[in-house]
Amino acid sequence: MVSIQNLHKKFNKNVVLSGVDLEINEGGIFAVLGPNGSGKTTLIKSILGMVIPNEGDIYVLGKHIKSNSDYRYKIDYLPQIANFPSNLRVKELIKMIKDLRGHTHEDLHLIELFKLQPFLDKKLGNLSGGTKQKVNIVLTFMFDSPLIILDEPTTGLDPISLIRLKELIQVEKAKGKTILITSHIMSFVEEVSDEIVFLLEGEIYFKGTISELKSKTNQPDFEHAIASILTENHV
Amino acid sequence: MRSRWSYVYFAFYLLLGTVLLFLNNDLSKAVITLMNVIIVLVPLIGTIFGVMYYYNSKEFTELLLAQPLKRSSIFLGQYLGVAISLSMSLILGLGIPFIFYGLFRSSAIWDFSLLLITGTFLTLIFTALAFNIALSNENKIKGFGYAILLWLFLAIIYDGIFLMSLILFEDYPLDKLSLVGTMLNPIDLSRTLILLKLDISALLGYTGAIFKQFFGTNFGLIVSFITLTAWVVFPVLRIVFKSKKKDF
Repeated sequence: MVSIQNLHKKFNKNVVLSGVDLEINEGGIFAVLGPNGSGKTTLIKSILGMVIPNEGDIYVLGKHIKSNSDYRYKIDYLPQIANFPSNLRVKELIKMIKDLRGHTHEDLHLIELFKLQPFLDKKLGNLSGGTKQKVNIVLTFMFDSPLIILDEPTTGLDPISLIRLKELIQVEKAKGKTILITSHIMSFVEEVSDEIVFLLEGEIYFKGTISELKSKTNQPDFEHAIASILTENHV
Repeated sequence: MRSRWSYVYFAFYLLLGTVLLFLNNDLSKAVITLMNVIIVLVPLIGTIFGVMYYYNSKEFTELLLAQPLKRSSIFLGQYLGVAISLSMSLILGLGIPFIFYGLFRSSAIWDFSLLLITGTFLTLIFTALAFNIALSNENKIKGFGYAILLWLFLAIIYDGIFLMSLILFEDYPLDKLSLVGTMLNPIDLSRTLILLKLDISALLGYTGAIFKQFFGTNFGLIVSFITLTAWVVFPVLRIVFKSKKKDF
């Protein structure tokens, strides 16, 4: 599905990724974990072509991402911080993205699910953080793409919306889609993910299932396993 | 944001055109006065709007970047959106009052069209330069500062340095130097083009005669337009080039 080979990226002198090799197979939920500044978002933005790597190759669905921008039709992306143009209305934004990517009716269902009807005519600049995140989720899930990338999807969501989001992720997974998630909420990751990738100082420290991680670190639960990696490496 | 300000800009030119025609009561004189305004104001507005639009639509750009669109089309689209709407404001805002005043029955029509053409060129040039500056500077304040400095340099300081060097080296033949110097600055080039077209080059003395010899011919006119086009093309190419390498 996604194949990353020897990916290097530095911002000025700050090395963020140094030689990441990663294969993400089709189907299932992958969580990318790591401390702040370990390069999770940079990795994701490299896959999307928003960050240009210094070195390395990325293939999505067998095609090099530099050759064409059309592969982004196959990706639904939820950005970490929902930075929307503040003078647009929610309705206008949804319509605009639809114009860009093609027709869909899924948005009506999602708006219903997240109870966004009262906000449709409001400007994005006047929405609360959580509501913006819900709009963000609607925009991401309204297209039926084989790869879904979620960067901190839980930010600002209330408990009910969080449950709905988890359900939504499971529904998409059942359709055989590949879902890539980054999050700092360990319970969320433990609940939804099939396989995890742990980034540390720009390299992949661990890749495998959660139970493999537990046995590797000799810790009974996931949160402590992660904590033990971090303390061992003096981060 | 963009549309509201371009209406204001349009209204401003509409007002300016009408008032000037009313005060001067003569098309040619109004064209001369307008030239002085346009030559300074158009680059300033192009620069400020370009920088402002880029920084204001940054979030929007990031949203678009995750969509299946080519980077060059995103940025060229934004550039053309700003530059064309500014040019339309200029052309319509000045054109409408002049047409009502009887432009088509007057001999000033060519002078006036040249004024609009150079005005459009200046808009395209300075918006492109502003986009370049904004693309290279993450910091808004810095970007604005550089953009204003660029305008100040090309509109005012360049002339100062140019004049100083002419006075300093007055013992040498300076025809070629002053010609090249004028060609290199789009604002000076536009001003010279219009002045010579208006046939007031006699006011410029000996240099004016040389300029007339060069710019007055078809060859000179073509070279000038090629230079102006180059001033548009190179910054636009840099927008495409720079945007392909930028991280978001």
